[in-house]
This record gives sequence, C-alpha cells and structure tokens, in this order.
Amino acid sequence: MTVETLPPPRLSVGPVAWLRANLFASLPSSLSTGLLLGLIIVLGINVTSWATTEARWEVVTGNARLLLIGQYPADQAWRVWLSLAILSALTGMSAGVFGRTTRTLAISLSACQLLLAALLAVSPVGPLIVAGLLANAAGVWVGFVLGRRGLVPRRALVVAWVLSMPASFLLLSGVAASGPLPSVSSNLWGGLLLTILIAAVGIVLSFPLGVLLALGRRSSLPAVRLLSTGYIELVRGVPLVTILFMADIMLPLFLPGEVRLDRVARAMGAITLFSAAYLAENVRGGLQAIPSGQIEAAQALGLNGVQTNLHIVLPQALRAVIPANVGLFISLLKDTTLVTIIGLFELLGIARAVLAQPESLGATMEIFVFIAVVFFVLCYAMSQASYRLERALGVGTR
Amino acid sequence: MNVRGEPVNNEAVVADVAAAASPRDIIVARDVHKWFGELHVLRGIDLTVTAGEVVVIFGASGSGKSTFIRTINRLEEHQRGDIIVDGIELTNDIRNIAAIRSEIGMVFQSFNLFPHLTALQNVTLGPVRVRKWSRERAEERAMELLRRVGIPEQAHKHPAQLSGGQQQRVAIARALAMQPKIMLFDEPTSALDPEMINEVLDVMRGLAQSGMTMLCVTHEMGFARAVADRMVFFDEGLIVEQGPPKQIFGDPQQDRTKQFLSQILH
Repeated sequence: MTVETLPPPRLSVGPVAWLRANLFASLPSSLSTGLLLGLIIVLGINVTSWATTEARWEVVTGNARLLLIGQYPADQAWRVWLSLAILSALTGMSAGVFGRTTRTLAISLSACQLLLAALLAVSPVGPLIVAGLLANAAGVWVGFVLGRRGLVPRRALVVAWVLSMPASFLLLSGVAASGPLPSVSSNLWGGLLLTILIAAVGIVLSFPLGVLLALGRRSSLPAVRLLSTGYIELVRGVPLVTILFMADIMLPLFLPGEVRLDRVARAMGAITLFSAAYLAENVRGGLQAIPSGQIEAAQALGLNGVQTNLHIVLPQALRAVIPANVGLFISLLKDTTLVTIIGLFELLGIARAVLAQPESLGATMEIFVFIAVVFFVLCYAMSQASYRLERALGVGTR
Repeated sequence: MNVRGEPVNNEAVVADVAAAASPRDIIVARDVHKWFGELHVLRGIDLTVTAGEVVVIFGASGSGKSTFIRTINRLEEHQRGDIIVDGIELTNDIRNIAAIRSEIGMVFQSFNLFPHLTALQNVTLGPVRVRKWSRERAEERAMELLRRVGIPEQAHKHPAQLSGGQQQRVAIARALAMQPKIMLFDEPTSALDPEMINEVLDVMRGLAQSGMTMLCVTHEMGFARAVADRMVFFDEGLIVEQGPPKQIFGDPQQDRTKQFLSQILH
C-alpha cells in the first residue's frame, strides 16, 4: 500500500485574510474592533493636536541645558562632552571587539544620541549641542569599525573600561580650585547628567556587592552567613527614602568633623547599598537553581571552591537571573528621582525647578511628558539590551 | 586466561594478583562506614584495587554502591575506616583531597556536563584551571580525546545540542583530560536510550584495554562479563560476594547474589 503525500492545507494569507480572521471574525468581534479603533483614533488626534498646536515646547527646549546638565558651569560643559565621548568611543570599540550584546548597547546609545539631536535640532539651543551629539553618535561607529578591524587590543579595552568611570568622575569634579581642571562642586551637577551618573554608579557597584552578598548568604562560615543575611534583611526592611535621609543627615553626625563626604557620593552610596540587597536575593535564586551535579562534576575535576563558583556556578546562575536583575536596574534608574528629596537636582528635581520659574507657568504637562519620554527611552534601551543578552547567552535553550 | 580469571574466593584473588605481578594497590578501602543521618548506608566495606584492574560493582539500588565509589574521591565523606588512594590517605586535609581528585576521573549517571560551555571547553576546563596548562596545549589534547571517543566534529557544540550518548562520551573525555590514574563510573549508561548504550560501552571497553584502573557501577552484565577483571556484589551496605565474572555468573556462592542475578538476567 502506498501512502499519498498530501500538500499542507492552504492557509489564508495576506493582510485582508489576517484582518478577517483576527479582527472581524464575528459580529461581537467586529463591534469591539470598531469601538477600540474609534477610541484610539480620538485619543491620537487629541494628543497630536495638543503636541503640535497647544504645547509650549519652548519651555523644554529653552531650558535644555538645565535639564541635561543642571547648573554645571557653561564654560566647563566641554568636560561633560569629553566624558560622553569617552563612553561613546569605548562602547563602540567594545561592540566591535566583543560583538553580540555590547553591539545592542552601542546601537541603543547612538540611537539615543541621534534621537536627542533630532529633538534639539528643532529648538533654539543652538547647533553646537546638536553637532556634539551627532559627533558622539559618529564616535560610536568609528569605535565599532576600529574594534572590528582588530585595532583595539581586548585587554586594553577592559582596562580602559575599568579606568573610565573614575576618570570621568575626576574629569567632571575637577582637581584644584584653579588650573586647567577647576573643581566643580557636585552641588552644581544636575539634570540628566546626574540621573545617569547615579544610576551608572549604582548599577556598576551594586552588582559585585550583590553577588558577594548572595555567595555570603550561602557560605559555610557562620559569621559570613549571618552578616550577609542580616544586611540583606535589614536593608530590604527599610524604604529607600529612609536610607537616603540617613545617608544625607545622619552619616555626617557619625563621621569626624573634618571628614566631609560629598552629597552626591552619599546618594550614590545609599542607592548602591539599597540595590545590592535586592540583587543578592535575585542572585541567590539563581544559585539555588544550579543542580548539585554541576558542583560535584567541578569538584571531581579538582576545581577548588573559588574556581567552582567563578567558572561553573556563577556563569549559570547569573545568566538565569538576567531578567530579574535588569528589572531591578530599571527600577534603580527610576528610583534615582528620589534623590530630589535630599536636595539634589537630578532630572525630575531640575524639572520642578524649571517649573518654578514664572515663564514656565502652565507648562507642567510639557515638562513631565519630556521627562517621561527620556525615562522611557533609557529603560526601553536597557530592556532591549537584556533581551539581546538573553538570546546571545541562550537563556532557556541551553 | 589470566591469573585473575580463575574462580577463586575473595582473599585469594587479591593474594593471587599480588603474587603474580606484584602490582601496586592503587585503592585500599578498609572497614569503610557511612551514615546518612540515622541510615547506615556503608557498613564496613573492605576493597583493594590494584593498578590496571577493572572492577565492576553491582547490586540493587540502595545497596550503597554509588555512595561507596563517591567516597573514593571524597564527594561523600566516610565516617569510619580508611581509604588510601595511590598512597594518599583521604582525610579532611584539603590538600590531600585536591591531590586525590586530580588523579581520579569521574563519570556520572546524569553526565553533569557544564551546559554553558562547549564540548571542547568542558574538556579543557580542568587542564587549564587545575593543571595550569596553556589553552593551546589543553585544546590540542582535548581534540585528541574527542577523536578517541569518536566525536571530534561536535567539539564546538553545547551539551544541549548533543544526544545523550554523545554527552556521556564528552564527559568521559572531560575526565580523561586530567590524565587520571583511576576512572570511576557511576552508572554511566543508566540515563541513556537503549540505542546509545553501546557507543558509551565501546569507549569504556577501549579504555579498559588501554590498562586504565576502572571502578564501574553498572547493570550492563554483558559489559561486565567481557571486560571486568573482578565483579563485586553489594547488598545493604556490605560486599556480599566478589570474584571474576566467570565465577559470579557461572557459580555464585551466596543466595543473595543468585537471587539478584536471576532477577536481572532472566
């Protein structure tokens, strides 16, 4: 007996068939489609007409400098540009050398810069800022091409990344009262610059701290385990606002009079310590998911405890908790808005200062829409990078 | 037929071998006890293995056979008695444990390959991190081993992309990469589909012929009959009977052995 091979059933294809199948399959379906479509259209028309005719965007564009870098002295703004240029070049080179995930970061960074440039191009802030942003986006691509050609040694790039953060900090804060790099008090830092600085430092420092706490909580040494558990539970039991107040007001009381910790540094420390406790619990979840057979196999090969953690346990555990950790980093970025309550003018704080000017009267919507868009772009870039990272590392498939 | 092939009782086997070739006793276990909580799982195991010997350990599940071979590289700690591997006594001294582990390769029932590394990286990990070989040297050696287990073309795949039989062969190559003097196999074919069992047994057969000292916990009686120098029957935490395969299959002395063999051989 022969079995006839049949062609697969014909599927209805094309946009019309798709519409009929998904949106107008039955009378109730067609009705709800029509209703929702009407709502979306009305909403769209209203928002567009407000944004194009009523909205006074000059409140945003006219205060662009304040919103971006706060009260950082205008004649020293080149230092912010230089820090940004270092970041752009390093990200581009990494994308060329390491590929994969760093490429998504590079694309996100240059896309943000281009978007901002496009927004500012229609404003009266002047062509210089627009040109600066375009130059940075170009810098990302130049770095990428250099890295791709193998002109950047891997190790040098890693060292450069490690050095870049303290270097940028030094560049922004300055070294002496006068000279080529006059010091700029961190009280003057503000706007998007401060938001990104606090978030970046928080993310970069809380990650290793959180991993150490997670390992400490599972340590076989009782003292280490107790300290880690105590720290995690204590910090998770206290609101971030409280920790920020304590860092701002109470910390100086405990320190000797001559030690003056920078206010921005205190805020960064508070956010780092707060975030590390949550990160530790995320990582602990990942550690628990590693089968004991993995550790036994590593031990049987003769790897010691540190090597087993470093090469076998952590790579698998951290990969499994990427979604949770990126979620944490996204909320960390948004939590930086809380530093306004200790008198720092990050993006939201400076926005409220702008609103307090008499000429901004009634432009609340415009300012807050702008802030929301900026945060959305940053958070969306982070979550996209994390999806790409998950795919590159094969989370859930390997 | 070698000296060990003759049907003799336990003590005679060891004495015979010692007299015949005066080989070194590479594993000596004396009165080994182990408890899991209240449960007495090893109740005084005495076993001496000479260099180059292939020992198959069999018995019902829960008889302590896996636990015993796991005490040999200290994945399980024994609580009484002595275990001496290649002249080093297993104690809580971390240096001794590290020294012994690097001389013993282990193959697990569930493979336990590192899923985030490729086959090649699985094999080079030990030599690079523990033996401090250069990456080039380790990779060269790893490719040699992957050829030996018959899957050089899978070197750059991740474990999830390999069949069970291929994964277990990578695991064998990974253990061999450390150039061990002893190989422990803990039911290496129990988790495999039937058609993949032979490809793993073939590799193990080749290894036995090369003179490797092997301790295998397995239910593959065909393999045992063909390859083992000695078979050891575990029951309720004790060695009930041991001897060359010919004796165990042909003329088992203990009732418990007869009963178990009749159950698995039908």
